[in-house]
Amino acid sequence: MDLSSKYSQGDLLRDGVRIDGRGVRELRPIKLEVGVLSRADGSAYIEQGNNKILVAVYGPRELHPKHLARPDTAILQCFYRMATFSVEERKNPAPSRRELELSKVIKGALAPAIFLRNFPRSTIDVYIQVLQADGGTRCASITAASLALADAGVPMRDLVTACAVGKVNGQLVLDPNDIEDKLGEADMPVAIMPRKRFITLLQMDGRMNKEEFIEAYKMAIEGCMEIYKLQRQALMERYMAVRKEFEEEGGGEDA
Amino acid sequence: MLVVHVKKRQIVLPGEVLAEGGKFKSGEGTFREGEKVLAAVIGLAEIKENNIVVVVPLEGIYIPRPGDTVIGKIVNVKLSSWDVDILAPYLATLNLMNVPGKPVDPIKTDLRQIFDIGDLIVAKVLAFDRTQPPVLTMKEKDLRKLEGGRLVKMASTKIPRLIGRRGSMINMIKKETKCQIIIGQNGLVWVSGSSLESEELVVKAIRQIEREAHTSGLTDRIRELISQRT
Repeated sequence: MDLSSKYSQGDLLRDGVRIDGRGVRELRPIKLEVGVLSRADGSAYIEQGNNKILVAVYGPRELHPKHLARPDTAILQCFYRMATFSVEERKNPAPSRRELELSKVIKGALAPAIFLRNFPRSTIDVYIQVLQADGGTRCASITAASLALADAGVPMRDLVTACAVGKVNGQLVLDPNDIEDKLGEADMPVAIMPRKRFITLLQMDGRMNKEEFIEAYKMAIEGCMEIYKLQRQALMERYMAVRKEFEEEGGGEDA
Repeated sequence: MLVVHVKKRQIVLPGEVLAEGGKFKSGEGTFREGEKVLAAVIGLAEIKENNIVVVVPLEGIYIPRPGDTVIGKIVNVKLSSWDVDILAPYLATLNLMNVPGKPVDPIKTDLRQIFDIGDLIVAKVLAFDRTQPPVLTMKEKDLRKLEGGRLVKMASTKIPRLIGRRGSMINMIKKETKCQIIIGQNGLVWVSGSSLESEELVVKAIRQIEREAHTSGLTDRIRELISQRT
């Protein structure tokens, strides 16, 4: 049964309060954790509302099959997968067209931030496993993947942060959840490199006029900047302990 | 104008501005954008002599650097060279001419008599410039084929801690356990002792160093661990 059929358009927004009780410019609660997998070179876990996503990064490592290798640069491979139990109705475990497309889109959003040219002929692999989906998984995946890349020690120009803006009942809302996404009129995911606000992903489906688009874009950037702070916090937390002990040591790591 | 934005050994994240001004040079783990030098990886920022800004990485897999001593496994024997797995993104090459000993005619001799697939060697990275695979050499003191002993794998970023300041940690372990230990910068450590117990003690010490790499007084704790057992 489709959950969204329980609700009608009118339920989405009442006096500026959304179906999950949020304001229109409010993000869902986000929990970020770095270094959750011991076997991967880098990993991260994100909970954004009811989204639960695990990301593992391997590399740079040798590329197989060899013919995919590029002599001047590393390649980035993304594998976005949804667990069979991640959605209301069991997802067929076979890779779907949508998963393939999202893998490609996420790759495009992450690649500009990575110094791929430092590692010619090799690959950096990003495995994204959606454990529970509730709308906006591509954005949450990008947010988590860039943390996992940083955790793997992959050199990057900046982190990548993503956030979507939706439109329900003619009102723009930040970070739409699954119901808002399905019953709403538009959905626009944006990924940026926050330091210079370079856009690495900008998609939209649905309808928005020019004014709405400009406003939606501004809201998305605001959302991204908020998430960026959380990303930096999550990375710092992981290494806080490390720093403390380094200071005690007076920097005895040289050898 | 010259501005430094970080304290010595401050932990920095990718994209963080470390220093501003044309005088600063971008070193390992950093990149330049106009006047600014920024961090590319998570690590500890430092400004070295000649105003070179570097970030000592806290994470990351081994990337070969010329001059590094590494431990590798022969994975392929070619006509006049060997392919060596050094746990880097690239297979390293060891050329016959970089192996010490009497000149060998590669056409008349089977190179497997020198090193066969599966053999462990300790070698030095001679060159690596990203356009071709890392080149190894064994024409230096203490570079040889490893026989017997055991191999321990640890994070390559934690190797400096195993060595300690001017070798204090590793020399202590060698002295206390009377084991032969060879450290590869790529994160492989070879241990060979007179008894199983002493080798196991070294492995235990290495595991503890890896786990507690960022705590102080580690050398003393390791010494304690070893003295308890001997």
